[in-house]
Amino acid sequence: MATETPPPAKPQAPLPSAEQFTEVRDSAEFGELRRAHRSFAFPLTIAFIAWYLLYVLLSNYAGGFMGTKVAGNVNMALVLGLAQFLTTFLIAWWYARHAAARLDPKAEAIKSRMEGAE
Amino acid sequence: MSPAVTLAAGEASQHRPLIITLFAVFVAATLVITVWAGRQTRSAADFYAGGRQFTGFQNGLAVSGDYMSAASFLGIAGAIALFGYDGFLYSIGFLVAWLVALLLVAEPLRNSGRYTMGDVLAYRMRQRPVRTAAGTSTIVVSIFYLLAQMAGAGVLVSLLLGITSDAGKIGIVALVGVLMIVYVTIGGMKGTTWVQMVKAVLLIAGAILLTFLVLLKFHFNVSDLLGRAADNSGKGTAFLEPGLKYGATGTTKLDFISLGLALVLGTAGLPHILIRFYTVPTARAARKSVIWAIGLIGAFYLMTLALGFGAAALIKPEEIIASNKAGNTAAPLLALHLGGVDSDWGAVLLATISAVAFATILAVVAGLTLASSSSFAHDIYANVIKKGQATEKQEVGAARWASVGIGAVSIVLGALARDLNVAGLVALAFAVAASANLPTILYSLFWKRFTTSGALWSIYGGLVTAVGLVLFSPVVSGSPASMFPDVDFHWFPLENPGIISIPVGFLLGAVGTLLSKEVPDADKYAELEVRSLTGTGAH
Repeated sequence: MATETPPPAKPQAPLPSAEQFTEVRDSAEFGELRRAHRSFAFPLTIAFIAWYLLYVLLSNYAGGFMGTKVAGNVNMALVLGLAQFLTTFLIAWWYARHAAARLDPKAEAIKSRMEGAE
Repeated sequence: MSPAVTLAAGEASQHRPLIITLFAVFVAATLVITVWAGRQTRSAADFYAGGRQFTGFQNGLAVSGDYMSAASFLGIAGAIALFGYDGFLYSIGFLVAWLVALLLVAEPLRNSGRYTMGDVLAYRMRQRPVRTAAGTSTIVVSIFYLLAQMAGAGVLVSLLLGITSDAGKIGIVALVGVLMIVYVTIGGMKGTTWVQMVKAVLLIAGAILLTFLVLLKFHFNVSDLLGRAADNSGKGTAFLEPGLKYGATGTTKLDFISLGLALVLGTAGLPHILIRFYTVPTARAARKSVIWAIGLIGAFYLMTLALGFGAAALIKPEEIIASNKAGNTAAPLLALHLGGVDSDWGAVLLATISAVAFATILAVVAGLTLASSSSFAHDIYANVIKKGQATEKQEVGAARWASVGIGAVSIVLGALARDLNVAGLVALAFAVAASANLPTILYSLFWKRFTTSGALWSIYGGLVTAVGLVLFSPVVSGSPASMFPDVDFHWFPLENPGIISIPVGFLLGAVGTLLSKEVPDADKYAELEVRSLTGTGAH
């Protein structure tokens, strides 16, 4: 169903038409961009959520293991907690690199062509 | 009141002029920023999105400022001080959650939305029903979050100024409410963003100072710090292991999983965080904001670990509990003890850290008020009531009036919630956000078949389930720590509803879609897909 209200007027050039959007969406170039995003973001999301839940479950049900001393009073629970911080930083850095190399150039090419074509 | 608190308050009262000066300096500085920003706020894009001219780094700082609320500073430090390791889970969940925003939500939202979360939820749906739903859940989530900040403000000020009467506390809550209305109505998003940045710098500086002093006390030997915390807590090594708060029974363990889910899935559904991505010009800048935010917030949470265990090591647990049942004052008390309880330096440090915490609360409260009043004005007033025919001036006017109304509501509710743990309250806001908002955001962006009825089922279903379960949980009634301790109408055993309400939100979105005969708008989805990934036609 169509929207009930037209999008409010904006100062910039009007949006490309529905046909243009559909055409671009079905193009091989856009398909590649979408795949480059999804094939990176989706598995990684599942992975970090699984890793986080594993940590939550270990905290709950593996008290003995989590209490293992690693160095001085530093135990496994603390090490694994800090490991969550580390993996978060690493994934953020990795995604930034991936996006700059594989997503931005493709997105920019499609955007400038669509906006230039008006 | 226990002797310890009287002592703290007594110490503080000798230095009351200093404390009041510090508070006043911050309030004055932020008001100057607000008026300055207000004079540059003309269009709706200025009011809602700060003119979209902030850099990725600036917005990253502001996002951190918006996110590191009283819950992070007072709540987590307090939870670690009282329950040791279990308090740490909050910071882990709060941080990991940013990856959902980074990988799936921030950039598409920036590319395809304009002012509110509702812009994206309603993008390819029937505008009026979905915007009504999005506006409703934005306001509910923000009010839960506001409650926590108000509770923190009441606690802090009663510790500092020795105000213990109910009238006094309510007066403080009212003052915070009035200030937040002023920030938002005058400064709009531009003023609020600058206030967030100033606050983030102050908060990080305060945390660095306290962390340094704690570590100095233990000659930078973390193992010693942990050992002392364990001994002083009276709980031994169990204090350093998971389970003190959540390990008691099968039910509390389930509560822990529920909390964990809400934390990790909540962030990417928080309206006041999401609208921050409209303040930068491009999706790339939005990505940079998230990366900066992850770095800053991560570093800050590592420091709260030192603050929480530091408080546990240096202060008797009875003193922390006597000052505030939920541990919310552990960080300011730590400052007092680090400086020396009977010394001027201790009082100065207490005043400084409390002023920082107060600044934190004011800034977050302003961000929340802006998010909810924007959503009211843009989603409900302009697109539902006025059917898209409101002028920019009318819309911004409605947002200003809405902020007055929301300010009033949160003043009333804030007075009720002052003895609940601030981090626990925020966790409820996360649960509602994860149940009502996140499913629709993800389905809208990535599921071709998703329809208007799916969106409505998911938003209202998630919202009602999450809020309903909280209402009948021990948070509201039936336990000494409840909001209403004298009555008992609870039947839901967990404090956090996430483990039920989040799957319900996702499930209802799918069921509502599959059961409806509605044909999804294919053109609109093509448009959304292209725009969200490429930024074509982004505002």
